[in-house]
Amino acid sequence: MTQNSSALENSVLLPSDVARLAVTGVRARPLRAVLSALGIAIGIAAMLAVVGISASSQKRVNDQIADLGTNLLRVEAEKNLFGEQTELPPETVGKVRFLNGVEAAGSVAELPTLRVYRSELIDPSATGGIQVSAADLDLLDVTRTELKAGAWLNPAIATFPTTVLGATAAERLGVVSPGAQVRLGGRSFTVVGILANSPLAPELDTTALIGGPAAAEFFGWQGNPSTVYVRLAEDDFDHVRLLLPATVAPQSPSATSVSRPSDALAAKAAVDQAFTGLLVGLGGIALLVGGIGVANTMIISVIERRREVGLRRALGATKAHIRLQFLAEALVLSAFGGIIGVVLGFTVTIVIAPMNGWPVVMPPFAVAAGLVATLVIGAVAGLYPAARAAQIPPTTALSG
Amino acid sequence: MTEIIRLDSVERSYGQPAVLACAGVSLTVEQGELVAIVGPSGSGKSTLLNLIGTLDRPTAGSAIIAGMDVQKMSDAELSALRARRIGFVFQQFHLAEGVRAIDIVADGMLYAGVPLAERRERARVALDRVGLAPRVDHKPNQLSGGERQRVAIARAVVGEPVLLLADEPTGNLDSESGASVVELLRELNRAGTTVVVITHDPDLAAAFPRRVAVRDGRVVSDSRFPAGGDSHIQEVSA
Repeated sequence: MTQNSSALENSVLLPSDVARLAVTGVRARPLRAVLSALGIAIGIAAMLAVVGISASSQKRVNDQIADLGTNLLRVEAEKNLFGEQTELPPETVGKVRFLNGVEAAGSVAELPTLRVYRSELIDPSATGGIQVSAADLDLLDVTRTELKAGAWLNPAIATFPTTVLGATAAERLGVVSPGAQVRLGGRSFTVVGILANSPLAPELDTTALIGGPAAAEFFGWQGNPSTVYVRLAEDDFDHVRLLLPATVAPQSPSATSVSRPSDALAAKAAVDQAFTGLLVGLGGIALLVGGIGVANTMIISVIERRREVGLRRALGATKAHIRLQFLAEALVLSAFGGIIGVVLGFTVTIVIAPMNGWPVVMPPFAVAAGLVATLVIGAVAGLYPAARAAQIPPTTALSG
Repeated sequence: MTEIIRLDSVERSYGQPAVLACAGVSLTVEQGELVAIVGPSGSGKSTLLNLIGTLDRPTAGSAIIAGMDVQKMSDAELSALRARRIGFVFQQFHLAEGVRAIDIVADGMLYAGVPLAERRERARVALDRVGLAPRVDHKPNQLSGGERQRVAIARAVVGEPVLLLADEPTGNLDSESGASVVELLRELNRAGTTVVVITHDPDLAAAFPRRVAVRDGRVVSDSRFPAGGDSHIQEVSA
């Protein structure tokens, strides 16, 4: 160093030294660092877990909708203007199939007077909420419902006292495999198949389905369907949809309702989204509280380290160097919390999503936003303590 | 010879109504001097050290340290002056716990913009100079009091300052370690560093060639000018 007093170079703190000071400053008080970083970590973890779980469930719903198709319509007979329940004519399905743009159609006819029980010994009032319906043989293909076990009805067995149970119906009846006997409308029916859950026709889950010929033979069913499921070509969807009421019930088109079951799934997903927004907001509050924790820790640290600051000023640190050091410490502290939070958030998502049978999805944008939020919070939390540290007078080195 | 310290009727007052902790001190220290400023507690010697070390500014008078007029300099410029020209040794050592001696000493040049590897290299040399070469990797709690003060002195001189200021450097030490620290300061002085030591202990002060006694914020005697014969001082206190 030159002894020439005329030229005086400025104090310099190298960037690498700022980083080193910040890390050693945080590491010097490990327990305190972990506790204050924990606040940030919990905030970030909560937000990411909520976003991750929601994105995973969303992905699953979207996959499901894509799988099941959005081109299914459900046509039902409603009450007419005079409040009487209308019926669809027996030839409804046949007429619908003749429409241009209809790819497939299937129907069920609810048989409201019939009940199904595990055996004749069951109390007749314990119906289990299970309804009995006569099913069209195309029903399964049109609604894209899967079979969990056994077989679907075919023209041969549809004439016999046989039934295919919906997923929930089978559960409530205690039927785990085909071949079991159940009491249906006072007769013994053999269970030939059990359906999986039907996302587009959830009413099938609580239904015992029997063949149309059997319904006619044993219970005098006239062949009037109650609900018709129609699969349309995507291109013709909008205009065929308008034609359906008049086609199925020319005499009372206003008494038929046409709905799109996939809309219900999408709406359910949208509700989940709104709920997600709320939870992310709660996570944000946790993050804010975490930031206050970091600010608090830094303020205490500044108060405790007055002598260190005084020493640094005596060694030649400028106010800006002191400010920088404490700001960098706050950033390291919150970044530490942020990284722990991201790891926790991922872990929660990776554990929860497969438990619900969802694919694991974590939007990269959410991770980036979380980390940026962490750094912003760290900077804001560090500003005031850093400014306070910079104001500590150099004479503190001597006076303690 | 070059003047390292030149105080001209320097005052430093605190609070309202103003209390003068330093009530018109004029003092000149030239390069290569070894000076003890001695006075009882409350005599204003710490205030004087703050002013000489540019940790504080006079409220009146002028202070020229290492050729720089303190009154005309910004806070950042004073920081630069401390970083490049002045070394401090404190009574309480001010060593960071859990840090190796070599890194404590290297921090003496932290604000001089020297890269870490070079700082460590020079810290090794400085530790060797104070006789602690075998202790470079020891932490403060593994060192004796005297060794700690040697580490602090190594930190103060690692940047080769023109002025070394020591505040009660032997205040926390037993007499033996105290004597060795004084001997070290003498050695550094012989090598060319101007050394100013502040103490309340007249016996310690007696070991230094020049003694400046302060009381109530004023210089009452200066061994360089026996019998208060310094025309400079008489001029201002008259």
